[in-house]
Amino acid sequence: MMVNMADHNSMIVGDRVIEPGNSEKFQTGDWRSQVPVLDKEKCIDCLTCWIFCPDDSILTKDGKIAGLKLSHCKGCGICAKVCPKDAITMKGD
Amino acid sequence: MKQKDIAINGDSAVALAWKQINPDVCAAYPITPQTIIVEKFAEYVADGEVTTEFICVESEHSALTLCTTSSSTGARTVTATASQGLAYMWEMLPIASSMRVPLVMAVANRALSGPIDIHNDHGDVMSARDCGWLSLFSENVQEAYDMMIIATRIAEHHDVQLPILVNLDGFILTHAVERITPLDENDVKKFVGEFKPLYPLLDVKKPVSHNLMDGPMFYYPHKYQTVIGMKNALKVTKDVFKEFEKISGRKYSVIEEYKCDDAECIAIILGSAFGTMKEAVDQLRREGKKVGVAMPRLFRPWPIEDLAKLMKGKKTVIVMDKHLSVGAYGPMFPEIVTAALENDTMPKMYNYVYGLGGVDTMVSDFADVFREVKSGKAKRINYFGVKE
Ligand code: SF4
Ligand code: SF4
Repeated sequence: MMVNMADHNSMIVGDRVIEPGNSEKFQTGDWRSQVPVLDKEKCIDCLTCWIFCPDDSILTKDGKIAGLKLSHCKGCGICAKVCPKDAITMKGD
Repeated sequence: MKQKDIAINGDSAVALAWKQINPDVCAAYPITPQTIIVEKFAEYVADGEVTTEFICVESEHSALTLCTTSSSTGARTVTATASQGLAYMWEMLPIASSMRVPLVMAVANRALSGPIDIHNDHGDVMSARDCGWLSLFSENVQEAYDMMIIATRIAEHHDVQLPILVNLDGFILTHAVERITPLDENDVKKFVGEFKPLYPLLDVKKPVSHNLMDGPMFYYPHKYQTVIGMKNALKVTKDVFKEFEKISGRKYSVIEEYKCDDAECIAIILGSAFGTMKEAVDQLRREGKKVGVAMPRLFRPWPIEDLAKLMKGKKTVIVMDKHLSVGAYGPMFPEIVTAALENDTMPKMYNYVYGLGGVDTMVSDFADVFREVKSGKAKRINYFGVKE
């Protein structure tokens, strides 16, 4: 039995999405094969990773790194690459 | 209101229908034998007779991309092309139908290159057959004009929401001057009404996204929705034909029949040659032969049940194709055979591929087709007129 097909009856005709801003519901983190791990000891809060992350997955508070929110992190590894202090490493997920 | 008859060629008649509809947007690229449509309509725009936004584009690909987008914003949109132009649009054809935009396109049917040839056959529209567009055929200039008005209503119906092709034979109809009775402009405007798009792209109060990445989870269900839209179009077309009869006095059917009722052998043909074949039928009837001819005016959706009814009890069915799927049959042949499967018994069925690249096929030629079939000399597929 095929399970991964949507029910056309519950879909808007014509490949349209009528709910604005709902791409947040699409958890692109599902695609990930690697996960970034942050070492707070090494981090100097330069925010370079926050600027570069394409998926808005680096959280900040009061101008400092507050952690990672991985629901949309695709594991691209950019944050690890740009970090000047090697405070982020990529691990298998 | 009763209108005066006018003498007009097919392309100009299409432009006249557009003028009376006054669409919001028109973008098209000129190609023989469609050019007059766009030239004539550009004159209406320049003379201020319509309020249409007329957009010059650098290619047919751009034309259809623009028209698809414009239609998705909620603008009533028209375009026209032929042959290579339609081929160049091909990439956008299934996108327009999957986006469910009800734009209307006239196709001045012309042979596909190569070899290069500007004359009429159905190679262009048949090669666009599987792209999810509705498709109507016309026998003469009056019908090309009428179908253009009718097409707008079918395509925009909320149960349908699909783009539509209106076919008229290149040169035979596009350039031939015929006598037609146009409708009163107000009657046309009233008939087509206002375009009421569902979830248009430019409704800022209700933001929407169109034409998104689907993936396997949604692709097939979306295709299936198109199947439903197509199915609905059969009833919608019949209803719109009835309504059109009320304002025009002209009666149209999804399958046009000529002397088929008591016929033992019928031919099925598309476009202007339907008229020629009617003459051949008359000739053979005078000789006492029980023959008839029919034209599926509605080609997409394919009216299977109506075709099955037409063929019920017939001894012989001849399918006349003005295109060839090289290595197989004429494209309409297997579709007619499929429709015949709905009946308990099958007629004998023959395929004639005729008139490719605009070879003139006359009344006597069509009479010969009937005679050859009757004599038992016809093969399953016959390359009519070619020395084999
Ligand atoms: S791996 Fe890529 S997506 Fe994930 S947090 Fe780092 S930069 Fe962002
Ligand atoms: S780039 Fe490295 S050092 Fe800078 S904020 Fe990010 S983790 Fe910390």
